[in-house]
Amino acid sequence: MNHANGSAVAGSSSGSGDDLAPRRNSKRPKYSRFTQQELPACKPILTPKWVISVFTLIGVIFVPIGVAALLASNNVVEIVDQYDDKCVPPNMTNDKVAYIQNATFDKTCIRTLQVLKNMSQPIYVYYQLDNFYQNHRRYVKSRNDEQLRKASQANETSGCDPERTANGAPIVPCGLIAWSLFNDTYKFSLDNKNLTVNKKGISWKSDRDHKFGKDVYPKNFQNSSVIGGAKLDPKIPLSEQEDLIVWMRTAALPTFRKLYGKIEQDLKEGDSIIVTLENNYNTYSFSGKKKLVLSTSSWLGGKNDFLGIAYLAIGGLCFFLAVAFTVIYLVKPRKLGDPSYLSWNRNPAGN
Amino acid sequence: MSRGREFLPLVSSEREEREGEREEGANKTSILPSLSLCLLSSCVSLLLVEEIIPAHTLPVADLTVLGLREVGIFDGLAQRFHSCCAGLKRKLKWGLMGPRLGKRDRLRWSHLYTFACARSTALVDDEQSSLLGPGFSRIVHCNQSQLHRKPPLNYCNNYISTTRYNAITFIPKALFEQFRRVANIYFLLAAILSLTPISPFSPLSMIAPLSFVVGLSMAKEAMEDWRRFMQDMKVNRRRVCIHKGEGNFGNKQWQDIRVGDVVKVEKDQFFPADLLLLSSSYEDGICYVETMNLDGETNLKVKRSLEVTLTMEDDTAFKDFTATIKCEDPNPSLYTFVGNFEYERQVYVLDPSQILLRDSKLRNTSYVYGVVIFTGHESKVMQNSTESPSKRSRIEQKMDSIIYILFTVLVLISLISSIGFAVMTKYKMPNWWFLQPFNTTSLYDPSRPAVSGVFHLVTALILYGYLIPISLYVSIEVVKVLQATFINQDILMYDEEIGKPARARTSNLNEELGQVDTILSDKTGTLTCNQMDFLKCSIAGISYGVRASEVEMAAAKQIASEADDPENVIHDHWEDNVGAYGSSGIELVNGITCMVEKTQKPAIKGFSFEDDRLMHGNWRNEPTASTILLFFRILALCHSAIPELNEKTGDLTYEAESPDEAAFLVAAREFGFEFYKRTQSSVFIRERYSSSEKPVEREFKILNLLEFNSKRKRMSVVVRDESGQIILLCKGADSIILDRLSKNGRMYEIDTTKHLNEYGEAGLRTLALSYRVLDESEYSAWNNEFQKAKTAIGPDREAQVERVSDMMEKDLILVGATAVEDKLQKGVPQCIDKLAQAGLKIWVLTGDKIETAINIGYACSLLRQGMKQISLSIANTDLITQDANKAAKENLKLQLTNASQMIKLEKDPYAAFSLIIDGKTLTYALEDDLKNQFLSLAVDCASVICCRVSPKQKALVTRLVKEGTGKVTLGIGDGANDVGMIQEADIGVGISGVEGMQAVMASDFSISQFRFLERLLVVHGHWCYKRIASMICYFFYKNIAFGLTIFYFEAYTGFSGQAIYDDWYMILFNVVLTSLPVISLGVFDQDVPSDVCLQFPALYQQGPKNLFFGWPRIIGWMFNGLYSSIIIYFINIAIFYLAAFRSDGQTADMAAIGATMFTSIIWVVNVQIILIINHFTWIQHLLVWGSVVAWYIFLFAYGMASPTISGDAYQLLQEALGSAPIYWIVTILVIFACNIPYLAHISFKRMFTPLDHHVIQEIKHFKLDEVDQHMWKREKSKARQKTKIGFTARVDATIRQLKGKLHRKVSSLTIQTMF
Repeated sequence: MNHANGSAVAGSSSGSGDDLAPRRNSKRPKYSRFTQQELPACKPILTPKWVISVFTLIGVIFVPIGVAALLASNNVVEIVDQYDDKCVPPNMTNDKVAYIQNATFDKTCIRTLQVLKNMSQPIYVYYQLDNFYQNHRRYVKSRNDEQLRKASQANETSGCDPERTANGAPIVPCGLIAWSLFNDTYKFSLDNKNLTVNKKGISWKSDRDHKFGKDVYPKNFQNSSVIGGAKLDPKIPLSEQEDLIVWMRTAALPTFRKLYGKIEQDLKEGDSIIVTLENNYNTYSFSGKKKLVLSTSSWLGGKNDFLGIAYLAIGGLCFFLAVAFTVIYLVKPRKLGDPSYLSWNRNPAGN
Repeated sequence: MSRGREFLPLVSSEREEREGEREEGANKTSILPSLSLCLLSSCVSLLLVEEIIPAHTLPVADLTVLGLREVGIFDGLAQRFHSCCAGLKRKLKWGLMGPRLGKRDRLRWSHLYTFACARSTALVDDEQSSLLGPGFSRIVHCNQSQLHRKPPLNYCNNYISTTRYNAITFIPKALFEQFRRVANIYFLLAAILSLTPISPFSPLSMIAPLSFVVGLSMAKEAMEDWRRFMQDMKVNRRRVCIHKGEGNFGNKQWQDIRVGDVVKVEKDQFFPADLLLLSSSYEDGICYVETMNLDGETNLKVKRSLEVTLTMEDDTAFKDFTATIKCEDPNPSLYTFVGNFEYERQVYVLDPSQILLRDSKLRNTSYVYGVVIFTGHESKVMQNSTESPSKRSRIEQKMDSIIYILFTVLVLISLISSIGFAVMTKYKMPNWWFLQPFNTTSLYDPSRPAVSGVFHLVTALILYGYLIPISLYVSIEVVKVLQATFINQDILMYDEEIGKPARARTSNLNEELGQVDTILSDKTGTLTCNQMDFLKCSIAGISYGVRASEVEMAAAKQIASEADDPENVIHDHWEDNVGAYGSSGIELVNGITCMVEKTQKPAIKGFSFEDDRLMHGNWRNEPTASTILLFFRILALCHSAIPELNEKTGDLTYEAESPDEAAFLVAAREFGFEFYKRTQSSVFIRERYSSSEKPVEREFKILNLLEFNSKRKRMSVVVRDESGQIILLCKGADSIILDRLSKNGRMYEIDTTKHLNEYGEAGLRTLALSYRVLDESEYSAWNNEFQKAKTAIGPDREAQVERVSDMMEKDLILVGATAVEDKLQKGVPQCIDKLAQAGLKIWVLTGDKIETAINIGYACSLLRQGMKQISLSIANTDLITQDANKAAKENLKLQLTNASQMIKLEKDPYAAFSLIIDGKTLTYALEDDLKNQFLSLAVDCASVICCRVSPKQKALVTRLVKEGTGKVTLGIGDGANDVGMIQEADIGVGISGVEGMQAVMASDFSISQFRFLERLLVVHGHWCYKRIASMICYFFYKNIAFGLTIFYFEAYTGFSGQAIYDDWYMILFNVVLTSLPVISLGVFDQDVPSDVCLQFPALYQQGPKNLFFGWPRIIGWMFNGLYSSIIIYFINIAIFYLAAFRSDGQTADMAAIGATMFTSIIWVVNVQIILIINHFTWIQHLLVWGSVVAWYIFLFAYGMASPTISGDAYQLLQEALGSAPIYWIVTILVIFACNIPYLAHISFKRMFTPLDHHVIQEIKHFKLDEVDQHMWKREKSKARQKTKIGFTARVDATIRQLKGKLHRKVSSLTIQTMF
């Protein structure tokens, strides 16, 4: 026998005291459409007409969007130049890492890009890294937003492990992300005339205004034993170090592009652009590729056929489903609400 | 007949002279038997006294008590005893008794009252006291409760607490309860680990949802416990009158009562603790107790005090009262009590009849005094409370296995992650200079990849935790509570008469209501109202009473409807025939034509008799008037009821042990024999022979009352009428009475038996009435033996009493028989019909005898003519020996085999079988080696009726069905005897009708009428099942869709444990952004409206067949989740990862991709739920669209917050995403890409293999039911499971017969024409 406090008795000893009579009326549930579950409701039914029109409608909407997206993507002109291998002197190809790590070597490299199609300004210059795990947890977490924002928080380096301090002094900006700042540089010239690369406005305005302080200056940066990537001019506040701001927005995938600058000048088909680049950044350790990308943009952004194809595919699928549905429906129609489809009519002998 | 005549003149001719004698008062002996008798009895008494004296060396004073007791048994003889044996009187030292004598004198009548209440004041020596062993250590110092406030006798106080927690224990205990769920433990561990660097998330994002979910559940617990606490306090603060010393009584709260206190309880108050009855307002210390709260029995029980304490009848008597009780320790047995009462250096034995139990109520007695023996949790009722077993629905059990599957998946992908991570760390990470791999912690240590891998396993387990829906339990709880509220609020399940709505006492089982396969029902109080109406009687071989019973009416109606239109067979009999109930002349089966009254309710409760031959005094014109008179007298005298005068109306009501008895008394009253007063020794009847005459008041002395019990199946009283004649009046089961008739008492046997059979067929309960005239010597001889048996000490007392009673109840003379209608509850046959159409099997388990059960079976259409009845029974032998036992079993086995064989060989597809089994046979059938055979036979039968089953057997049968068939069982009952069944069944339903609260307290749902079961199951059950099923499927879908995207992303981060989403998104996903729509699905969705559910009971079968929560469906949903996750992830990644996503040339970083992907998820799962929901009210719209809007609002607000909080999400929507067309276009793409397959799936399924509710939805949608009413009606009637029970099946069977006949006629006609 269970001697525990039973719920059964809880009620019985208390229930016994209840005087039912006066409460009788109050026990009557109050009527409302809500409590009786009779609220007016719309009960949509997937009738064939409805289904076919929905699928057709989706098709009708999706295909044009797909076409538009494809057109937009096609209008984007993109020049991609992979230079990681090319910019290593032929004698060093066997030991690229040694080459890149040796500061004494000249890292300048000249590339020529052919413009195959007219490109209207602005032409965006990107660098594209491959196999670079900017999304690694250790990497992503290694920063301190407070420090970047406020000069007073310069000592705040929590979370920046293992790049917090250099010789005991706090680093600004601390952390692995900043430390590994990309430091290849590109100079473009067309017909021996320099093409100016506008590096202003490549980052988000909100980042410049609110996340990177106007009075925060790099301190002790790249002063520790191991030097990572680019150095920062300690005289320029972080809010104006747009390369850093762009870099600090970690990419989602190990292959990513980041905006380097804008060429605000149209390029014509057949132009060949000479790129003078400083190949400083070490992607050779992890056999990552480096690419230079020049691209125009459409209303949808960069070149991306996938979106259009996907829209066309879904639109096509919907048309197909609509047709299939219609065909099957014509072949084997079922009158809506036909009682002969009720289970008790279909197999009258069964249970 | 001759003896009956001797008795009869008493009334008519000798009336006047007797009346004069009665004036002398009840206490005086009015009839002086012969002196010889006096002497004889005195000597017998002496002998008795003498016999006892040597056995107990007792002080003389107490012997007096004993002697008086024994002698006083004889009516009126005690006085003569005193006068005749003056010497003895001296010897007994009457003088010593002093002041108490007066009261004693008054007592002598009450000993006769009833043998069940015989005082066992037999005395024991101190040495003899066996009460000192273990289990008998309790010592109570009466009236000295201060002794019980300190050790060693410091017993617990009378404060009761049924709460689970108190203020201190609440937090730890409730937390413990919460973390008994494996999912919650997991989340707790995750939250703890989130404080370490292992965690992929910030601590807040793990702790916040967990505390929200656990907090919500705990709040619910706290609220429920608070309610319990308030109830307890209400009880604890009740006031009772307690002795405060110096003979003063004052009010005190219940909780302040201590053991040993003397309390005074007044009429209609509850006893605050277990009390020893000391004295009552009645002189002989009896009191009446209603134990409804204990055992659910509504009849009153008599308790009586010890004689020694009788005199304490006013407050002052307790001034110096002290006594000691030694008794058993607290235990849960309600019907036993062992103890001694030490008072004035004497020891008296206590037995249960002196114990007043807590929570029972004092009735019919103005006050009692008692000493508190057991308080608070030591009281019997509290000891008796068992925690009702916590039940979980099948869906929830299955849900657990789904959770385990998901856990497996979780562990699996975590392992994949951690192995991947270890590999990456070992081989790749040394090259990732940007991570400073050689300046690292063990979390990312390329030199020790195994260690890092193990750490990462923990990280991954936390990271992928979104596969397990943290809010699932709490959402389900919320949903179920709301569903339960709807059940409670359903106005159509509210009973106006009783004033009680339906109550879902636990919300755990709502969806189980939609999956019931077998209903196990009690009969009395559940199918029937337990209200008996006196309907017919057979007196002296003539049947009286013209009104038809419900069964007869149903049968007549059936025949009438068949006669009307045998072709147009299918219509709703009940709806169409409501009017037909009215005034149609109906030819009854047995040939009696009667007008069925429009008003079915009899004007007088308990009396539906109608026959002018007996009413209004007309019976005196009948040829057998004297027998009729006797018949009425038996009705008025042979009972143990107490009349209660309603002071307002002046009407008499009767407190009877059984409703039959009450019906008899009402009938007797209506016939002119009004029982109006009962004293300890007499029953008073007001006899009125015709309405013009003045009623005559008569007194009948009750010499003995031989009580009814289920074994004896009869009760008798021995009365002495005003002429001094001693008569035994006996009523009982017909089979018992007919066996005990004397040779010359069988005059009416043949006719009466015929009538009894007729009544039985009409569904009536029958009893046979008989009498026997005794002569004085025969009686006193027997009475001696009877008293001896009664006062015998020891376990065989009852057997002895029974044996002696048996001696007297023979050679009876049959007078007639009564037929009482056990009124079916309103709507029961219709409800059973609908439930049968819904494909439910109904078993009736009743304690009643086989005949009654069959009658009710017919009345409810569980049985019908033409059904093959399989009756299992074994010979009625006393099965003591092993051999007999074995033989009985063999016999039963053979019966079972034969019956199964018979069913197997049956060719007719319409043949229906019913199984009827009694309790004794059931004992064998439930044994391990036979039970499976029995079950398979029972399952093959259309209806099963078990009679004479004990409460335990009810539970056992329930368990057999539950475990044997693996289907959901529902137990429904109203009384304490159904508690076992209710607790054992998957769902217990209590009828909160007139009987006690016991069944309701043990139940999961309570309804006030059986007929509400239809709505509870077919509407609420159906809805709740579908709601919960689709809700859980959806829940898993959405969490898989979400959780797996996190996993895919891992593969792209070197399995480092980085999540693509902001922590806040993930917190909000389960708790806010997707929880409300799914709750609205679980609370409000309706596939078809309630009226359609009721019109198409067959829809209910979707539940028992589990069409909506089978594994294919669950796995289908999981694949849907998998598919959605793939689409969501890869479309977003493919579009965003490289190219600029805006015309401004910016590329998307992790925050932008994460937010876009999350937007897609929110849209996808919300559009998915729109495709699931059948029924959109504004609430669903609000919650679904509100969730989507809430996400944008959140993202916007989050972007507005300081960058310290929002991090990379700062101004994300405003600046980056909102103005990028691709963000919106991708969202649209993903929504459709994810949901089109599902849409196509359901469209095709619906079009080409529609389920029933689809078709009905369409019919309703296109209003085809209004256009083509014929079709609608036809389908409504067809929409039922092929059932063999219920009214409809009954009609169908008859129609088949008729058609068969027609067919034969037609074919014979054609044959004729051919020739």
